[in-house]
Amino acid sequence: MEDLTVSFLELVRFASTDLPPDVEGALKSALDEEKAGSAAAGALETILRNVAMAREKSTPICQDTGTPLFFIKHPVGMSTKVIAGQIRDAVAQATKSTYLRPNAVDSVTGKNTGNNLGGAFLPTMHFEEHDSKDLVVDLMLKGGGSENVGTQYSMPYAALKAGRDLEGVYRVALDAVFKAQGKGCAPGVLGIAIGADRSSGYLGSKEVLLRKLDDTNPVPELAELEERIFKDANRLSIGPMGFGGKTTVLGVKIASLHRHPASFFVTVSYMCWACRRRRMVVSDNGPVFS
Amino acid sequence: MQKLTMPLSDDDVRSLNVGDTIALSGIMLTGRDAVHKWMIDTFIRKTREPAGDDQEVYDTIKPLLDGGAIYHCGPVVAGLDTGDYSFVAAGPTTSIREEPYQGEVMEHFNIKGVIGKGGMGPKTLAACAEVPGLYLHAIGGAATLIAESVTRVVGVHKLDFGVPEAIWVIEVKDFPLVVTMDAHGNSLHVGVEDESKEVFDSLLQLS
Repeated sequence: MEDLTVSFLELVRFASTDLPPDVEGALKSALDEEKAGSAAAGALETILRNVAMAREKSTPICQDTGTPLFFIKHPVGMSTKVIAGQIRDAVAQATKSTYLRPNAVDSVTGKNTGNNLGGAFLPTMHFEEHDSKDLVVDLMLKGGGSENVGTQYSMPYAALKAGRDLEGVYRVALDAVFKAQGKGCAPGVLGIAIGADRSSGYLGSKEVLLRKLDDTNPVPELAELEERIFKDANRLSIGPMGFGGKTTVLGVKIASLHRHPASFFVTVSYMCWACRRRRMVVSDNGPVFS
Repeated sequence: MQKLTMPLSDDDVRSLNVGDTIALSGIMLTGRDAVHKWMIDTFIRKTREPAGDDQEVYDTIKPLLDGGAIYHCGPVVAGLDTGDYSFVAAGPTTSIREEPYQGEVMEHFNIKGVIGKGGMGPKTLAACAEVPGLYLHAIGGAATLIAESVTRVVGVHKLDFGVPEAIWVIEVKDFPLVVTMDAHGNSLHVGVEDESKEVFDSLLQLS
């Protein structure tokens, strides 16, 4: 297969330096809601100036360029080993070019590898074979501060009178937002997975963050729940950066996954306002980025 | 917005209140998880002996921190090959991880400004009153914009901690910050959390 290392490098650069339009639009709408001159408005103005500047200068929006999470859908027969090798090369090059900060630390020795490569786990890649002839690669850069406020609830969760139903999901989701306060770089986006086992729950809660902020969940019950959590999370008035204000979350995305009869997990991933996710589709005509 | 230059005096610090915005200039140091642990273990609680260049680094940074600021930041840095360093992206990291250490570190070095994001807890708030000092909130994620206010990288220590965890000595000009914890015992973070708790309890009909 063709060497796509340069294209993967462009995908990383694009994701790190150019915030998706739906996220930037949501931040602009949030600014309109806040009182002029307030700390919340000041924070959003700074954020938006920074987004424009990063795009213009092609430098990272945030210095924490996060854990690179690749979701790869590939045609039948394409070698995942070859793709993984090219992605690793691109990530190391992107680190050298300062599109990424070196973020791979040996947990025993504390030594930073310096190039974002760390064993089988970094960068993180999820492969899926699909029927299309195109290679479709989604990249999410997920920062450590927002990752630290992610959480998982085993239901029922008695402290909040949260049972094994959608009302229970609502209750623990609000709890996650309350506990995060401004620490995950509010206003954030919530990715929620209902069901699955513990590890698949976390994966699902991240994959659902690839959805656009302005889309609608095809499952009516979940669409309604997303709207309800979105409205009430913003009533908590934690605000941008936790300064107090009207916008605490920019969006809520929920995935429902099947579960073991004995288990009912609700997993919440918090994505900071710098919701960096970009896609590359490689067809016969070459790569297209969006 | 009030302009301030380091080193800061006790009067500078006490004149500021939660909600004030400032533009800070002068020399400051970055320091996050590894640096705080190193300071505490080696020079404050002294649970390990200084080794390698520990003492030399301590002697160099001590006068810079006296009346100065520590910035919770793991930057993206260009020029690692040549040693001609510049900051490419340099927003704040989440400060609460340093809560077990910060108060003691402030008191030991007479640090007047702790810069980060997300706020800190009661031990740091007590140290802000004692030293006196301030917690200064930078805008999380505004990394390219903040890097613009870093006019010079003066030097680096403990690069073996890794680029994000090293002690970068930087000169800043008009670094934009909001006072969210002051020397008078006030914390914006406590206020916001208390108010959001009331709404949370009423939405879930707890309490």
